[in-house]
Amino acid sequence: MSTHRGNAERAVVTGLGAVTPVGEDAASTWAALLAGKSGVRKITESWADELPVRIAAPAITDPATVFPAFQLRHMDRSGQLALLAARQAWQDAGAPQVDPERLGVSMATGIGGLASVLSARETMAKKGWQRLSPFIVPMLMPNSAAALIGIELGARAGVHAAVSACASSAEAIGYGMEMIRSGRADVVVAGGTEAVILPETVGAFAVMRALSCRNDDPEHASRPFDKARDGFVLGEGAGAIVLESAGHAARRAASVRAAAAGVGYSADSYDVTMPAPDGAGAAMSIRRALADAEITPEDVVHINAHATSTPTGDTAEALAISRALGDAVSGIVVSATKSMTGHLLGSAGVIGSIAAICALRDSVAPPTINLEDPDNEIIATGIRIAAEQVGLRAKPGTRAALSNSFGFGGHNVTLVFTAT
Amino acid sequence: MTEQEILSCLAKIVEEFTGIPASKVTAEASIVGDLQISSLSMVEIIVAAEDEFHIDIPDSAFKDLRTFQDVVSYVRLAQSSVAT
Repeated sequence: MSTHRGNAERAVVTGLGAVTPVGEDAASTWAALLAGKSGVRKITESWADELPVRIAAPAITDPATVFPAFQLRHMDRSGQLALLAARQAWQDAGAPQVDPERLGVSMATGIGGLASVLSARETMAKKGWQRLSPFIVPMLMPNSAAALIGIELGARAGVHAAVSACASSAEAIGYGMEMIRSGRADVVVAGGTEAVILPETVGAFAVMRALSCRNDDPEHASRPFDKARDGFVLGEGAGAIVLESAGHAARRAASVRAAAAGVGYSADSYDVTMPAPDGAGAAMSIRRALADAEITPEDVVHINAHATSTPTGDTAEALAISRALGDAVSGIVVSATKSMTGHLLGSAGVIGSIAAICALRDSVAPPTINLEDPDNEIIATGIRIAAEQVGLRAKPGTRAALSNSFGFGGHNVTLVFTAT
Repeated sequence: MTEQEILSCLAKIVEEFTGIPASKVTAEASIVGDLQISSLSMVEIIVAAEDEFHIDIPDSAFKDLRTFQDVVSYVRLAQSSVAT
């Protein structure tokens, strides 16, 4: 982590883009989240018929309506969605004029081009290796989306792709912030993408008992912090934010949505899928993020929780928030937007970050839908969860919103966005 | 097939796989220099041409194809050797 300040550049957010289960862009996604709209649907394809889980939250934008057929064939769906989100963020930032050597990309995925791998396997079995697409390798590689965006924008400061499961896009944003702070870049497009609503992944997460089986009631399936939660809902989509040095943004009079003020990383190194039950690793990432942003727990007014609706994960996160922020939790409103979007894995962190930035801007926490009977153990931690829209606390000086992201493998990332 | 018929088939394949308008695919156009077709797109085009014209274009021949006239000539030669 950078021991910055002094002469280091501050990073700010100047553009937002999102292609999600509830919206076609960042603005419509935020409006849907505020309205408590669920993006969870029944999977209507026949491949789900024999699976124990037949619900998911697909992105509502069809890339085929945007890209010509030959381009679609050259990109995995995760790359297509990523490019759409990045284009939106770029336009939202006013298409900054920036020296290509000072423009970077940090775009993550948790799983990457699995759909392309599976399709290649089918082609090979039916038609032989000669009929594989020559684009299959650039489609399946986890840096595919980052590279597509880098090529489109001509970004030459560096193009990176963090991989840390469901913390990937938060880590990518942290890395992008560090590119700005260290002076390697003036502008960085950062975020993540995921598009793996496939029989193999639904089956694989189902066999782990990680997914909600509430097949008959999709919109109520994702219920973070609720006593009756039974797993997450697999979501799909991409998000991107434009990070910019405060100086560069000021010189071009860009509209600053928030400061990307801090990032905290830690690792549980406890189990490959289970979080450390006491939330110690997650608490450490929260504390480190506050220290990095040079703020106190009293400055925090909102948290977009990782909270995926799994029995163990949500409890561990509540404990972590409580441990890290102490008495200040009474002044912090926590929202779990995965109750509406499902869990977008490698793009979860950027979607949570966009929600946190919008919440800070509008001084309102989005609802955690389906929180009908809060888990006693979670309530006992003292955290305040928004079941409905809740106005955020006004205070003089810095107001901060956090976005938590945790991934299989024990990766913990907390991002801090601030407004003054 | 006449050379013109082969070229017009090729032009359609090029458009389908690259988005380059068929009208730009002329006999003299160089594949890399003029049309800037990437090596991977060229693999797709060659495979599609093999299917379309019922011929094989081995890698050893592929590397010598610089213009669409080269491709047309190769296709004609290959078709005539299939025919005999």
